Amino acid sequence: MRRDVFQGIADPTRRAILSLIVLQAMTPNALAEHFDCSRQAVSKHIKILTECELVKQEYSGREIYCHLNTKKMKEVDKWLEPFRAQWESRFEQLDNVLKNIKTKKS
Amino acid sequence: MMATKETIYTKDAANKKIKVVRDFDAPVEHVWRAWTEKELVDQWWAPKPWKANTQSMDFRAGGTWLYYMEGPDGSRHYCRADYETIVPNKSYTGLDAFCDENGKINTEFPRMHWQVQFTSSGSGTRVEVEITFASETDLEKIIEMGFKEGFAAAHTNLDELLATS
Repeated sequence: MRRDVFQGIADPTRRAILSLIVLQAMTPNALAEHFDCSRQAVSKHIKILTECELVKQEYSGREIYCHLNTKKMKEVDKWLEPFRAQWESRFEQLDNVLKNIKTKKS
Repeated sequence: MMATKETIYTKDAANKKIKVVRDFDAPVEHVWRAWTEKELVDQWWAPKPWKANTQSMDFRAGGTWLYYMEGPDGSRHYCRADYETIVPNKSYTGLDAFCDENGKINTEFPRMHWQVQFTSSGSGTRVEVEITFASETDLEKIIEMGFKEGFAAAHTNLDELLATS
């Protein structure tokens, strides 16, 4: 199954996981304590996040820690860019429209 | 030459919201007119190189704005906005949709809820646009189809933007 970053952030629990590990790497058990759902459910979310490459799992001693893959998170940010560009273009035009309203009135 | 104002964008994925804030060098009454009178809206609503053409605009609660965006190749995308609440010179809310030339809503595309607020800020006006997606599925869908496809027109700007950021 194809996984991408947007599937990763499409679920509220997964977004919550990301916002937790943005602060510090955490073990799956520590993460599970933050949620009402079962450990198994949390593990499944971590698995999906890992497949989306938003989360990297790394061993530290005997424990596995979930790290945020910040590079991949930036891809999420990019989807907003065309939206941003669209508004910049609009607002520049709106500035001109407003300038003309001013001229006509004064 | 007036410096271009900075636009502030925030997205709140958890609450399915995107917010756009921008200041304008004009009194609230002027800015309000530019957003709510069809002759004025058509001059700026479409991002370059598209052109907005209003078919009809009934700017009142329960009224509808039907327009199309025309591309340089002559292709047309019809859109409509259904106004919900209007407080003159302060705010309005509405629901947008893609549709056909008769205003029949294309349900394959998610609708977005708009809230636009106007506040006086010194000699100018601050405009705050809050766009809310109806559901998480809709947010996903918009993300999937990508503003990239819908707004391919903005790509030249995008390139410039990415080059400078």
